[in-house]
Amino acid sequence: MKRRTLLASAAMGLALAAAPAFAQDKPKIGFVYVGPVNDGGWSQHHHEAAVKMKEHFGDSIEMIEQESVPEGADAERVLTQMALSGADLIFTTSFGYMDPTINVAAKFPDVKFEHATGYKTADNVSAYSARFYEGRAITGYLAGAMTKSNKIGYIGSFPIPEVIRGINSSFLHAKKANPDVEMSVVWLSTWFDPAKEADATQALLDQGVDVVLAHTDSTAPLSVLEKAGGFGFGQAGDMYDYAPEPRLSSIIDEWAPYYIDRVQAIIDGTWTSQNVWQGIGDGMVGIGEITGPVPEDVKATVLKMKDDIASGAYHPFTGPINKQDGSAWLADGEVAEDGVLAGMNFYVEGLTGDIPN
Amino acid sequence: MDPVLLVASIMVSATPILLAALGEMVVEKAGVLNLGVEGMMITGAVVGFAAAVSTGSPVVGFLAAALASAVLSLSFGFLTQVLLSNQVATGLGLTLVGLGLSALVGAGFEGVRAPGMGKLWIPGLAEIPVIGPMFFRHDFMVYVSLLLVAGVWAFLKYTRAGLILRAVGEDHESAHALGYKVVRVRLAAIFFGGACAGLGGAYVSLVRVPQWTEGMTAGAGWIALAIVVFASWRPLGVLIGAYLFGGVTVLQLNLQAAGAKVPVELLSMSPYLITILVLVIISARGVHGAPGSLGRSFHASA
Amino acid sequence: MIRLEKRPQPSRLWTIVTPLLAVVLTMVVGGIMFALLGKPPLEAIRTIFWDPLFHPQFASYSRPQLLVKAGPLILIAIGLSIGFKAGIWNIGAEGQYIMGAVTGAAVGLAFYPSESVLLFPLMVIAGALGGWAWAMIPAVLKTKLGTNEILVSLMLVYVAENILASASASWLRSPEGMGFPGSRNFKQWPAVHNDELIANTGMHWGVVCAFIAVIAAYVLMARHIQGFNIRLTGEAPRAARFSGVTPARIVFLCLGISGALAGMAGLFEVTGPAGQITIDFNSGYGFTAIIVAFLGRLNPVGILLAGLLMALTYIGGELAQLMLGLPGASIQLFQGMLLFFLLATDVFTNYRIRFAKGELA
Repeated sequence: MKRRTLLASAAMGLALAAAPAFAQDKPKIGFVYVGPVNDGGWSQHHHEAAVKMKEHFGDSIEMIEQESVPEGADAERVLTQMALSGADLIFTTSFGYMDPTINVAAKFPDVKFEHATGYKTADNVSAYSARFYEGRAITGYLAGAMTKSNKIGYIGSFPIPEVIRGINSSFLHAKKANPDVEMSVVWLSTWFDPAKEADATQALLDQGVDVVLAHTDSTAPLSVLEKAGGFGFGQAGDMYDYAPEPRLSSIIDEWAPYYIDRVQAIIDGTWTSQNVWQGIGDGMVGIGEITGPVPEDVKATVLKMKDDIASGAYHPFTGPINKQDGSAWLADGEVAEDGVLAGMNFYVEGLTGDIPN
Repeated sequence: MDPVLLVASIMVSATPILLAALGEMVVEKAGVLNLGVEGMMITGAVVGFAAAVSTGSPVVGFLAAALASAVLSLSFGFLTQVLLSNQVATGLGLTLVGLGLSALVGAGFEGVRAPGMGKLWIPGLAEIPVIGPMFFRHDFMVYVSLLLVAGVWAFLKYTRAGLILRAVGEDHESAHALGYKVVRVRLAAIFFGGACAGLGGAYVSLVRVPQWTEGMTAGAGWIALAIVVFASWRPLGVLIGAYLFGGVTVLQLNLQAAGAKVPVELLSMSPYLITILVLVIISARGVHGAPGSLGRSFHASA
Repeated sequence: MIRLEKRPQPSRLWTIVTPLLAVVLTMVVGGIMFALLGKPPLEAIRTIFWDPLFHPQFASYSRPQLLVKAGPLILIAIGLSIGFKAGIWNIGAEGQYIMGAVTGAAVGLAFYPSESVLLFPLMVIAGALGGWAWAMIPAVLKTKLGTNEILVSLMLVYVAENILASASASWLRSPEGMGFPGSRNFKQWPAVHNDELIANTGMHWGVVCAFIAVIAAYVLMARHIQGFNIRLTGEAPRAARFSGVTPARIVFLCLGISGALAGMAGLFEVTGPAGQITIDFNSGYGFTAIIVAFLGRLNPVGILLAGLLMALTYIGGELAQLMLGLPGASIQLFQGMLLFFLLATDVFTNYRIRFAKGELA
């Protein structure tokens, strides 16, 4: 078996040696999306950022895109075809593309890759993700301050660290605004199913929840809240269409500055592999305008919180924080390490229910 | 958990699959298996949304959705009834066509808001405590769907046309020998099934969510197909099946929201497991009722 | 009015001509659609049908990829076609595919990091058993209680998807994955990596099995008594019973074969091209295989060709997106049209068209 693999990779190397012959003078930038580019959420915002990047550079670069690419084997093929077509830099914009990106990158050492929200890197693969939990501190605080029933809801997709961080950050800050607040979490086992997201929002409202935080991608929760009453937040995009109510604010994925930055590095020939986790301060996480009947003092508090997070003066996970079972996690004043946050798989104290396993 | 709110939510959640399943039941009663429900629903969702937004009238939206999906379903009708293609494969093709077409048609309607639909309080009945808010304070499509169930039931049971439709589905050779126009009856049934699926899809994009997003029916058409079998091809069964499925779906979300100590994986599987369970119980009692000629092509050999 | 007259035997000429005719029709109508979308129609058509095979830049890579993409489709479709011939409608191959992958991967990972040469065959068996067991649920319910297998097998797809999600998020999650969902990557475990057997051919064990399945199905259906029984059950159930065929045995046989093949396809995919168990590991192969089975007219050789054609439209469609910026949805619509035209023109194979006065039946 081992010999076979060795032979295979040697032959692959030979076959691909011809590839750079197709390299063009204009840098060619590729983007791969997991959903359709008009999904109203995750993929759409990557696509919009890509378009902004293209506008920034105009005709000096060429851009190619591929939408609705399933993770796994199909992704690997699509990435290989992009590399073969002469792409110089390829952004792979979903967590599930991590291993395919690493595999394809190993075969094309001259092509650079940027993988979103993963943790693996290589000489020609960077990883980039956003500290969305910083944004969730803001929306969580607003949720806590605005609830009248003292019940807020969180619509989760899958129990992965990214979502659990979001839940914990929202809840901790909702509690800061309102010590009596309770949070219900509903898991949907999907990133995108507008009907299910709408049903989940309705179910939360039926249970007495009046502010809903969503970690799924569509605007369905806001549509339901607009109809049935209650507050919500923009997710991935500003969703300003739903302002001033039910949308109170939003967590915006701001990928464009990063894309422009990295493409510039390709043009300048200064691109090197990196692993970045950027937040409000770096401009990768945007906070939408605060709208609706948010009292001035609450508004001032969250804007200050936003500035403090941006400047580094405040970290959303600052002790004392206990884990759900009551055991100590962070001592007073202690700040969570990135390593722990990256793999977060526990609830903080006060949350009810179990993380599905 | 408030049963009043729960029942009201279930009715909204069940209406799309109820409409689609009811239409498909009529199609299957005529002996035709159309697996393209998902494709017709998504077409209805986008056309209904586009028409409602353009005209500002949800009613126009629903009518346009019904018409568009019915016309689309005729492509299936033409292939299977006139060109005698395989129904399973053609139905799957219809799903592909519907999903692709709807995405192209709907480009530009993302992020647009649907015109609101008022609640229609049934005079007198809506004022009854408990019962009123549960059943009599919905949008008009909920009542339309219930009236359709009653209408289809009466049509199949009491009218001559309904009898012919069932005869065609049970044994198309005999029906043909008796002088009934098998192909025409089936095309009419397919058209009706398409219209119902279109209404169901439009209900998703205009009421339940309400917005247009590519692929937003997310498998509801397949559930509708399952409910027809579950219902043993009876209108009342379709009603029960759709409300049961919608009910379990809504109930599991409510249980999660209420913080019930039940494993989430089990809850999210529960609609499907319970459907299987009920189906097993029904079939163990020996009740079936699949139309005799279901899925078979008819060709007049005379 | 057009009237159809059934041919005594399917026309050999038209059997060959109709697929070509359908492809030409799809090119014409698809070309119009691409033109309406503001894309160069001829170039789009060429990109989809020609470039994956002959483009100087891509073909050396995409030609083998055709086999990689077609392999699981063919393997699953062969199994399904046997059941369809008997009138047993397993439309839950997607679920059996998932369960094969999960079971096989679980068995393999239980022995991590063993380098034993026996492990991969063991995983293949486990994968086949996983798919088989999942298909046995509708089989048992159908034979014991008369429950409809279409519905049960379809519902079990959703159940399997939930199991897959929980497997990748918890009990098969890679301990080195920093808490992220997804199992260990089999590509980094040479003993069980289902790699290409000969470099740059796309031939991995799954493709080999697909070819073997085509031959075996051909022999079974054309030469073996069980094949005859299966066909008889589908065409004339009463006659089958009179000639001593036990319907329950046929149900177990057909669902068993299709489940096991789908399970194997899942295992080959997870250890090969996909590499790992992830939440979205399944990408619709089980459903697309139903289309492939019918496109191939439930005939093993037909399925082989249909699988390759389907794979061509996928890969060609990707290239068209990449090079011409066609929207993904237009490719889906294009595939639907191809299927429609193939089905529509099929009428010429079995019927003569007569123009005569008369009423529509």
